[in-house]
Amino acid sequence: MLKDKIAIVTGAGRGIGAAIATRLASQGAAVACVSRTEANARRSAEQVAALGARSLALAVDVADGAAAESAVGAVLKEFGRIDILVNNAGVTRDGLIMRMGDADWDAVLTTNLKGAFNFTRPAVRGMIKQRSGRIVNISSVVGLIGNAGQANYAASKAGLIGFTKAVAKEVAGRGVTCNAIAPGFITTDMTAALNEEQRSRLLGVIPLGRFGDPEDIAQAVLFLVAESGRYITGQVLTVDGGMVM
Amino acid sequence: MADKTLEERVREIIVEQLGVNAEQVTTEARFIEDLGADSLDTVELVMAFEEEFGVEVPDEDAEKLQTVGTVIEYLKDKADK
Ligand SMILES: NC(=O)c1ccc[n+]([C@@H]2O[C@H](COP(=O)([O-])OP(=O)(O)OC[C@H]3O[C@@H](n4cnc5c(N)ncnc54)[C@H](O)[C@@H]3O)[C@@H](O)[C@H]2O)c1
Repeated sequence: MLKDKIAIVTGAGRGIGAAIATRLASQGAAVACVSRTEANARRSAEQVAALGARSLALAVDVADGAAAESAVGAVLKEFGRIDILVNNAGVTRDGLIMRMGDADWDAVLTTNLKGAFNFTRPAVRGMIKQRSGRIVNISSVVGLIGNAGQANYAASKAGLIGFTKAVAKEVAGRGVTCNAIAPGFITTDMTAALNEEQRSRLLGVIPLGRFGDPEDIAQAVLFLVAESGRYITGQVLTVDGGMVM
Repeated sequence: MADKTLEERVREIIVEQLGVNAEQVTTEARFIEDLGADSLDTVELVMAFEEEFGVEVPDEDAEKLQTVGTVIEYLKDKADK
């Protein structure tokens, strides 16, 4: 389905990003796995290679614009083009607004929102030239409905939605699409910190009655980046078991 | 190859970027009105000039570069400095 396509997935070291990287690779795409740590980037790249796809491991902090630019350069050098960019890297630093430190605000906004900008700016240029490309930004239902204790995270994820729509309009004329996916609660390290009480309360508001798997998000990404998504741009696809309707 | 003039290189870039015929790229030709460029094309053009000639074109200069001739003059001027 994605034979000869070249993809970059940020935050590919584990969780949702790792599932996206292997899902795209399973369809024949070459995947550059970007993660903060060398070990995680390499492990995901190895999983991609094990599926018979070409891979590249890049240990990069997405918050670092210069590093992001050289990472995109490294992908172009290795594979010659970029067809798919998935901005998935994200962090949480939860706290009530009155107690939220500047560092917590900055870290979340810089990683989640500016990180997407840092990768999109250098990657979109080649897509515009080649008159095709797919960008998917991993937002969150929290960016749509808010969540107490996550003012920074909600702002970053809502910001990604505005970013998605603006970029979609800018590049649509060149055959490049840009969409966002808003996952609900997915079983990963990020949600492992929830206690039993939070867990059962959340399950009560998810009509499908379970947390999602990283694979549920990876399938949605595949839908958007494959031929199936060619007429979809500027949209937010909510993948949350029906939590937000 | 090595002996192409600045003017020739500029014209080649315009032909390639905008997908127009070389004959259309006259000195007086305006990028938007005559050569059919849109705002994204003009940004791409400026970036292509920057790359080819190793110069930086600030946005306030780029806005004034509306014809083929002004670009050639501008880049010649930069090359002399
Ligand atoms: N898990 C959920 O329930 C859920 C819900 C909605 C949205 N999301 C979003 O999905 C994305 C992936 O989340 P996850 O649950 O897999 O989280 P995770 O913590 O398991 O994995 C996040 C990945 O991003 C990487 N990363 C974090 N900061 C980075 C940085 N500065 N530079 C490079 N890489 C960095 C980490 O190394 C890790 O590999 C995030 O953007 C998250 O906000 C998750």
